[in-house]
Amino acid sequence: MPHPLLSVEDVSKTYDGFKAITNLNFYLYEGELRTVIGPNGAGKSTFFDLITGRAKPDTGKLDFGTDPQTSQDLTLLNEYEINRLGIGRKFQTPSVYTEHSVWDNLVLSLKGPRGVFASLFHRLSSTDRDRLDDILRTVRLDAKRHWKAGLLAHGEKQWLEIGMLLAQDPKVLLVDEPAAGMTDDETDRTGDLLLSLAGRHSLIVIEHDMAFVKQIARNGVVTVLHQGTVLCEGKFDEVQSDTKVREVYLGRGKHGTR
Amino acid sequence: MTGASQASPRRSRIELTVVAIIAVILIVVLPVLNAQGAISNFTLGLWGKYLCYALLAISVDLLWGYTGLLSLGQALFFTLGGYMHGMYLMRMIGELGQYKKPIPDFLVFLGWERLPAFWEPFSSFSFAVVMVFLVPGLLAYVFGYLAFRSRIKGVYFSILTQALTYAASIMFFRNNLLMGGNNGFTDFKFILGHSLAEPATMRGLYIATAIAVVLAFLFCRWLSRTKFGLVQQAIRDGENRVLFSGYATMHFKLFVFVVAALIAAVGGALYTPQVGIINPGEMQADKSLEAVVWVAVGGRGTLLGPILGAVSINALKSWATRAYPDLWLVILGGLFVLVVLFLPGGLVSIPARLKALWGKVRRSPEKPAAAASDTQPASAKT
Repeated sequence: MPHPLLSVEDVSKTYDGFKAITNLNFYLYEGELRTVIGPNGAGKSTFFDLITGRAKPDTGKLDFGTDPQTSQDLTLLNEYEINRLGIGRKFQTPSVYTEHSVWDNLVLSLKGPRGVFASLFHRLSSTDRDRLDDILRTVRLDAKRHWKAGLLAHGEKQWLEIGMLLAQDPKVLLVDEPAAGMTDDETDRTGDLLLSLAGRHSLIVIEHDMAFVKQIARNGVVTVLHQGTVLCEGKFDEVQSDTKVREVYLGRGKHGTR
Repeated sequence: MTGASQASPRRSRIELTVVAIIAVILIVVLPVLNAQGAISNFTLGLWGKYLCYALLAISVDLLWGYTGLLSLGQALFFTLGGYMHGMYLMRMIGELGQYKKPIPDFLVFLGWERLPAFWEPFSSFSFAVVMVFLVPGLLAYVFGYLAFRSRIKGVYFSILTQALTYAASIMFFRNNLLMGGNNGFTDFKFILGHSLAEPATMRGLYIATAIAVVLAFLFCRWLSRTKFGLVQQAIRDGENRVLFSGYATMHFKLFVFVVAALIAAVGGALYTPQVGIINPGEMQADKSLEAVVWVAVGGRGTLLGPILGAVSINALKSWATRAYPDLWLVILGGLFVLVVLFLPGGLVSIPARLKALWGKVRRSPEKPAAAASDTQPASAKT
């Protein structure tokens, strides 16, 4: 077994007495596409907050890197430092720069130096432009590149944010409910896109829509979170037939029947 | 809201032409008319003052309009710049003061026989110029570092900047700071060997101010079109997203805060010799608030807005405080409310509004919704 890219060990996080995450253990391997499901309040978003530095764990370890010698302790870093290591995040509610054009949104996300003076004298190279053009085609916003991002439809904003993630070219993509607000066709394409990224990138996808989970999980591992801890982990079919899972999640919600 | 950064090349050319015309009028035409007697020295002096305030307004807009940081302390940096230059001007009075002593009058009054050590180097103009930048810049750096590192945002940031200004004004009101106390500095006689009673000297100061305003404008225009400008405006609209895109927003905010303080300081330094007095009244919180009103009325988050707002409101003030001295604050408050309610884009948005209205009127018989189309796509740069 290779060393995991991201190891989360015995992590707990409490908000005002509410246990959002309890003794969570989670390992992500390079190139993997991991799907995380769980009922509301299972701690899925807090889990992402802990990885990206938005929240600090009360106890436990978060390590990033396949080489134990050089791996980084994420609990010591802040949001932008973690991002610079190569962990990109797509938020649950689409979070784009509404006053900027679609193109500028991508320019801001493009991989490259992030300092004050680098930004003052930044010029886009022709390779950069070609890459952004590619991304615009991938997320099908080519025709709307000059639009203000705030004017896009909800699903398009989701796509733009996925595009921003692509522009960053991170090692790990944390994707929080990418299909929310999309039509079935758009959802399908989102799934294909995420699948095509696996391998070169590692992904953690949080999702509610079980049809979508089934599409992207394929033979990959699905992690079920419940009350801030891992309830069960395994292939989609195994998870779906697990009695504990059915009890807390699949059997209850209307998603389970789809 | 992002103003010029998203203008099309054609609009950008038109905008530059308009700016060039205004610049020529301010820098060349007005002084020439003054030299020939068509514009009185008093009027030119007023314009000099308005343009100093325009620099203060630009500094407020750079923070508030472009970065989303409502600083209520910009008058402090303005006044500090004014004080640093004022110290040089005080030294240039020489022995021509009331007491005919080689040190400033207020020091004689306080019982000093010799110049305090920290006053000595201000006999040099170059030293004073360095201090005009260094003192406000350093204060902005230290204050900004502490505030942004602690992630103080929104209204808390505003309150803190206001508290800083308030504390500083209390300090400057004290006589034992040896900065002139309540009365500040006044009765200046010379600058660089030229008499401040000479119209030609005042004209020179006016021209310097007009050039400073144009340079500050061009700098902000350039800045708003760089990637830095994109980041800056992204911080305004969603700082969290910027952090999660790998930008250390603190460094960006600190840079803008220091640059804005420097622009305000230049305004203050030019203000002191032209208005002939600088005192702690200039750094009180209401002065900073007034500058915020100028920006709101002129057009927040635009490049021309703050200049337009500062000049027009101060011109209005010059007139109103003579015609209706008791009503001025009511007029100012009323104007602010009117602009916020009916013209949120400020004075600079009037042409676009008229154009939209005209389009609606012209096309209304066949296409009622046509006016909306030209507001949609915002073209891209970089």
